[in-house]
Amino acid sequence: MSEDRKFGEVILSAREISLSFGAVTALTGVSVDVREHEILAIIGPNGAGKTSLLNCINGVYHPQQGAMLFEGVPRINAGPAEIARKGIARTFQNVALFKGMSTLDNIMTGRNTKVRSNIFWQALYWGSYVKEELEHRRAVEEIIDFLEIQAIRKTPVGRLPYGMQKRVELGRALAAQPRILLLDEPMAGMNVEEKEDMSRFILDVNDEFGTTIVLIEHDMGVVMDISDRVVVLDYGRKIADGTPDEVRAEPAVIEAYLGVSA
Amino acid sequence: MQASAGKGTAKAHDTFPKLLMEQARERPNGVFLREKDYGIWQSWTWQHSAVQARDLALGLAAHGFRREDKVAIIGDNRPVLYFAAAAAQALGGVPVPIYQDSIADEMLYILDHAEVRFAVVEDQEQVDKLLQIRDRLPRLEMIVYDDPRGMRHYREPGLEWYQDMLQRGQRFDSDNPDYYETEVAVGKGSDLAIMLYTSGTTGKPKGVMLSYDNLVRTSYNSILHDHLTDQEEVLAYLPMAWVGDHLFSYGEAICAGFTVNCPESGATVLTDLREIGPTYFFAPPRIWENLLTTVMVRIEDAAAIKRRMFHYFMKVAERVGVRMLDGEPVSTRDRLLYRLGDILVYGPLKDNLGFGKMRVAYTAGEAIGPEIFSFYRSLGINIKQIYGMTEATALVCGQSDGHVHAETVGVPLPEVELRISDGGEVQFRGPGTFIGYFKNEEATAETKTADGWILSGDAGYIDDDGQLRIIDRAKDVGQLNDGTMFAPKYIENKLKFSPFIREAVAYGDQKNYVSVFINIDLEAVGNWAERRGLAYTSYTDLAAQDEVYTLIAGEIDKVNAGLAGDTKLSGSQIQRFLVLHKELDPDDNELTRTRKVRRKFVAEKYETLIAALYSEADRVQIDAKVTFEDGREGSITANLRILDREPLAPLAKAS
Repeated sequence: MSEDRKFGEVILSAREISLSFGAVTALTGVSVDVREHEILAIIGPNGAGKTSLLNCINGVYHPQQGAMLFEGVPRINAGPAEIARKGIARTFQNVALFKGMSTLDNIMTGRNTKVRSNIFWQALYWGSYVKEELEHRRAVEEIIDFLEIQAIRKTPVGRLPYGMQKRVELGRALAAQPRILLLDEPMAGMNVEEKEDMSRFILDVNDEFGTTIVLIEHDMGVVMDISDRVVVLDYGRKIADGTPDEVRAEPAVIEAYLGVSA
Repeated sequence: MQASAGKGTAKAHDTFPKLLMEQARERPNGVFLREKDYGIWQSWTWQHSAVQARDLALGLAAHGFRREDKVAIIGDNRPVLYFAAAAAQALGGVPVPIYQDSIADEMLYILDHAEVRFAVVEDQEQVDKLLQIRDRLPRLEMIVYDDPRGMRHYREPGLEWYQDMLQRGQRFDSDNPDYYETEVAVGKGSDLAIMLYTSGTTGKPKGVMLSYDNLVRTSYNSILHDHLTDQEEVLAYLPMAWVGDHLFSYGEAICAGFTVNCPESGATVLTDLREIGPTYFFAPPRIWENLLTTVMVRIEDAAAIKRRMFHYFMKVAERVGVRMLDGEPVSTRDRLLYRLGDILVYGPLKDNLGFGKMRVAYTAGEAIGPEIFSFYRSLGINIKQIYGMTEATALVCGQSDGHVHAETVGVPLPEVELRISDGGEVQFRGPGTFIGYFKNEEATAETKTADGWILSGDAGYIDDDGQLRIIDRAKDVGQLNDGTMFAPKYIENKLKFSPFIREAVAYGDQKNYVSVFINIDLEAVGNWAERRGLAYTSYTDLAAQDEVYTLIAGEIDKVNAGLAGDTKLSGSQIQRFLVLHKELDPDDNELTRTRKVRRKFVAEKYETLIAALYSEADRVQIDAKVTFEDGREGSITANLRILDREPLAPLAKAS
């Protein structure tokens, strides 16, 4: 299956970025290229700067040095909302859903960047918005079908088990039809079966929609299985970058992350 | 539908493909199938369905389909898979539906034994299973899949998308007009219509061969028995590999022209049930129990006033509901109270469950608890029992309106003859009597006599009302060492009537006393534990708790009290039990795919546990293998407690 996978151009790149909070340095001169349609995993021990890197990508943080390039164009001080509109969606390390709302409504909020009618017509559910909402609802139903969560369509997400909430969160990110999907520990706290399901969905999203995926994950088995490329961070520096096999063989990685015995 | 009209049609159209063409002519815009997709119920009219079946059949013909070729059908109940069955039948082929949750190795035996050339499957999951075993299936030439998701990178030869097959069929049609109609016309009633592999509680599955005569005549008899019309709505959620689905959903719908609804997914059945509100419904006792448990759990959580109202009106229903359903006289005051209850409680409750429009409901397969049975009947739901087996095209006996009891399974259906052998075995013969087992003369001869009687293997008798009562599997009925009759299933069913017990396996044949394995019902016991503030992490953990043992001990004492009242069975009271550390599962071969216990297998697998039940030990160590759904294996280790129960003295009848 992998032989006919095609990676496109670099669509996102971090050039020598450094980020610090006062005296604490989170990232030091990190360069990462993200190519279209690939699954890129960022790994590293706790505090290595993985989430910071993700936050730089979607505009929550702005690196003090270096540049973020989106399709070769430097991006200066763009906020998360603007970046979301450019087609970068994400999920969070801690589930960040609206607990009292149903699965359907939560995923519907992911369509927010796509809504054309203004709030007046939306509130009245009148005029052009009726037709528009039908379109959005169809897109959401396709995601529900895709993630096989029909049975919880109308269940408030607060009542769902954790693994399911993670899946709903993925659904909400997908609702924005992103070009790049950032997943911050999508499998944290899941059991083996839930991890397998989530891996399957990540691969399917990548395969069906051609979505580029950048993910942070601690489960090495999962990372090595599903990633096309792995970037390893340690103390804010990039210590390796390559295919899972290359990274696994890298002495610096073995020492810093996997432990010497591996 | 009129009786005479029904018979007339049956004669003119003796196969399902002919009947399907007839329905497409008679009610082109009537709905045959519905499926919920993207949250909306999509419809296939008879006209549209007939065209789909035709195109698919011609697509298969383009790939060299020959008469009598076998077509495996694997997946959840989907319109496409019903079209596939019709397409195969139209070309004189034979559909072989297989349980969709079977693991690849289980499928291998059936696919190989049935000599399957074509397979029509639902999705990638099933395709993967088939590809995994394909090198051992030289006869399997083509796999057609419905859902293209995840299939883009598959390059294996002989893998075709359903929609492509339809197009191929249309091209074949323009080159060979009338091919389809000619093939359909060749088919006749005595042809082999379907092969259904019975999971069998012992040995390898056997392929039951049923003809169109079996199915079409049984369908019409059932339609007559229950006065079904083309207005019925059914929910097709039970596996397609089970004979009942091919008869109740597919066969009867094609004969009577009613609508079959396919749920969105296995997990949404209850929601879909409520949305559809079927008029004709079939469920095994397990589902009736689960629904009742859900209702009770929710009532306990409701506000006090609602709870009190529910309990008050359920008492009224208990007193008069069943009698009103059976058409017996009831006082005006009770009649008014019941009507009020219907507005306040029964109506909303039925509506909530999706039973608001139900005219006829069936339970079969296992005994149903009398309380559960009368609960639904008292609500005004006409739930009845039927009795049958795959070899008899699902139907032998059925209860008629007004003659319904929890303990019986009714009277023989039209054209069915029934007799009890000297050894107490139930035997029958009728229009549904199967042709034989595929490539297994020996087993056929053991089950079917030369003059067409089926030897059911069930022990039973006909009661004073002329209704059949089933006691147990004849071969399972044994004796304790002191000579007391031991009917394991009878005891297990009594135990399973408890909402807390999901499964039970009783031992006692040639032993000194009866002892049982218990599987608790995770939902009911879990809820019970939550109410008491008991923390638990998993089934294994919950099952081992002392409080749970005490709860189950109480349930066993109730069953013992019941047994003590029966002179013949009072000696077979349960004296020792243990709660198993894992749920019995079809993936571990402990249950059949229809969820019946494989007694012999379980006895061998848990030999150490049985030995401990017949020793003095009060704990036993077990290391058990489990198989996950993807076929991998793991193991669970547990230290199980065994508890003793004191049998009660036989009671006099008066108490």
